[in-house]
Amino acid sequence: MENTLANIKKGERCIITDVSSIHIPLKLLEMGCLPGNYVELVQVAPFHDPMYLNINGTHLAIRKETAMHILIKR
Amino acid sequence: MSKQINVALIGNPNTGKTSVFNALTGLNQKVGNYPGITVEKKEGVCKLPRGVKAHIIDLPGTYSLNASSLDENVVIELLLNKNDKDFPDLAVVVSDVENLKRNLLLYTQIKDLEIPTILVINMADRMAYKGISLDLEYLETHLKTKIALVSTRKNQGIDRLKTLISNYKDLSISHCINLSEIDPAYFENLQSTFPNQLIYKLWLVITQDVNFGKTDRNEIDAVANFKTKSKNDLKRLQQKETIKRYQFINDVLKKGQTIDVANAKDLRMTFDRIITHKIWGYAIFFVILLTIFQAIYDWSSVPMDFIDSAFASFSEWTKNQLPVGAFTSLLTEGIIPGLGGIVIFIPQIAFLFLFISVLEESGYMSRVVFLMDRIMRRFGLSGKSIVPLISGTACAIPAIMATRNIENWKERLITILVTPFITCSARLPVYLIIISLIIPEGRFIGLSYQALTLMFLYLLGFGTAVFSAYILNKILKIKSKTFFVVEMPNYKLPLLKNVVLTVLEKTKSFVFGAGKIILAISIVLWFLASFGPGKDFNNAEEITKKAYSNQNLTSEELQQKIASHKLEHSFIGITGRAIEPIIRPLGYDWKIGIAIVSSFAAREVFVGTLATIYSVGNDDEDTIKNRMAGEVNPILGGPLFNFASGISLLLFYAFAMQCMSTLAVVKRETNSWKWPVLQLTIMSAFAYVVALIAFQILK
Repeated sequence: MENTLANIKKGERCIITDVSSIHIPLKLLEMGCLPGNYVELVQVAPFHDPMYLNINGTHLAIRKETAMHILIKR
Repeated sequence: MSKQINVALIGNPNTGKTSVFNALTGLNQKVGNYPGITVEKKEGVCKLPRGVKAHIIDLPGTYSLNASSLDENVVIELLLNKNDKDFPDLAVVVSDVENLKRNLLLYTQIKDLEIPTILVINMADRMAYKGISLDLEYLETHLKTKIALVSTRKNQGIDRLKTLISNYKDLSISHCINLSEIDPAYFENLQSTFPNQLIYKLWLVITQDVNFGKTDRNEIDAVANFKTKSKNDLKRLQQKETIKRYQFINDVLKKGQTIDVANAKDLRMTFDRIITHKIWGYAIFFVILLTIFQAIYDWSSVPMDFIDSAFASFSEWTKNQLPVGAFTSLLTEGIIPGLGGIVIFIPQIAFLFLFISVLEESGYMSRVVFLMDRIMRRFGLSGKSIVPLISGTACAIPAIMATRNIENWKERLITILVTPFITCSARLPVYLIIISLIIPEGRFIGLSYQALTLMFLYLLGFGTAVFSAYILNKILKIKSKTFFVVEMPNYKLPLLKNVVLTVLEKTKSFVFGAGKIILAISIVLWFLASFGPGKDFNNAEEITKKAYSNQNLTSEELQQKIASHKLEHSFIGITGRAIEPIIRPLGYDWKIGIAIVSSFAAREVFVGTLATIYSVGNDDEDTIKNRMAGEVNPILGGPLFNFASGISLLLFYAFAMQCMSTLAVVKRETNSWKWPVLQLTIMSAFAYVVALIAFQILK
């Protein structure tokens, strides 16, 4: 399975490795979604979408379609 | 005369920026709009030591100067335009101690514009609780600023902030990062082409798509055209810039801030496990909605009945005090009943804004966005549409403005188009009075029939909104890049002061805004109803006496017959009867017709209009409701407001687009007449057809 943020499980904590895709809005980077920072899946809505994340201490929700473009390592 | 300092209050959303603004200005604030757009402009005055005054602008919350919404554009437009009369002498950046790292990003951007900047670290009362300690001296040196550690909840640090503001001339204006290091060749070339401009300002002009006003127009166009790089390359540079800013922030915080995780307590997780739960989350949301409706209907009925009867007796008292004449009758039959029609629903508006501001302030609204996104997306809406749809229950105008943080244009447009279906508070007085006339009292499992009817009307409005969104989503062919980022702020106990100020301010602007229209319409209506052309109106007394000469009427009954004959032949009666053929199939008489026509200015006018029409020529000072109950259908006999015509009227008001202010806002927000005109025609035609079918079936 590909190592993207869309595939992590509830409660799992990973490190972001790459956010260079142009499908990732700048706003997300500005909120701390940057390589090297940790990300934890706090809660998911039904159908695993949207995802409620804790990225480097900032709590935010994004859709699965955006999470697909964020690469991580476990 | 003392000099006034211009201060811009800037910060991320959810940092308590508005609390700081309230703490600085108290009641010395006013809310207006930025010229040409409907972004709220909050400004206030703060008295500083030594008689100096600060003029403070509370700018819309933003995460960065890279704007992605209209609200955020306002911030960068002001900061880049030195000729604006509000251009700040100093910026106060408000940050939240728990999210300092992220909040500092915006701070570094503002510093790079060479604007003197003070850093406010808010919510200092949470530090011990979160195990955070700060080395303020270190932070001040390395962030090149002065810091005020503030707790608006405990009212600490505001005095220091005021002192810092008055000494703003001592602040350093050196940069945080050196932009050129990201791509030396590109930025050096840019700087040498425009040697007199600030490099970061140039960079913003190139990357941001905002309107910079008329000043420096030519030069700005020249800068904006300096695109030697493709869009994607520019975006890569912005990514690099963001990473560089975070490196700077991380370096400073590494020494300036320590977080003892062992001491940190986090209730958020416990709450969120329940509130965003797949089942409990939705159940809680439903219960909260139920409570709101119960409050609007049941709890506010006591003050409303009081206001209704108070206005009736005030009108009578005025009549007895003043001499008989045109002025007295204008006052007691036009103005006072008309005003009563608006004052009566202050309690409900206040309740609605109270709930909405508590939900927003506590951080709960973001959880609802999270829970609803997937469901709403099926209908072409976004989870963020839930905020406009809920605030639409107060008023469609702020609701449509609240669609601005929906990033996707198609989702935003659909939200704007369907929001007017949501039952707004202006429909409430119409619903309430008709429900009380046609729905029997009595209870079903503790909820009154009348409250259930009201709840049904709310659901109907919501259902129609969602259903039309579904259809619009299929019809509209708009491709737009979608993204969705919602911050999930920490739960906070709402500050009483903020809630009270919001409720006061919103209620006040609603009452005065609608009040002006209603007052004007009541006066016009009174004139139209009190005068008429031709001998039918002028000789009403003789004609009526002749017509009823063979019947034995008491003088009181005769007076009433005269009055109603006069009304029928007044200007308003003539107009009303002209439109009667159109509305008779819906079960209405010409008086309701007049009320509907005047409702196209604003729905809440309905009750006031009927109040005015029924007052004219009516001597006994009764409440509006009793007068309506006494009306008789001229053709079918029986009460005019019966079950069939009442339901038809309720449905008409549920669907028709009867609000000029909403249409104006839609025009401004979509920047085209196409959408408001479509809304007006489609919604009103639909309302007519539904009301027609309902009456014909039920009669």
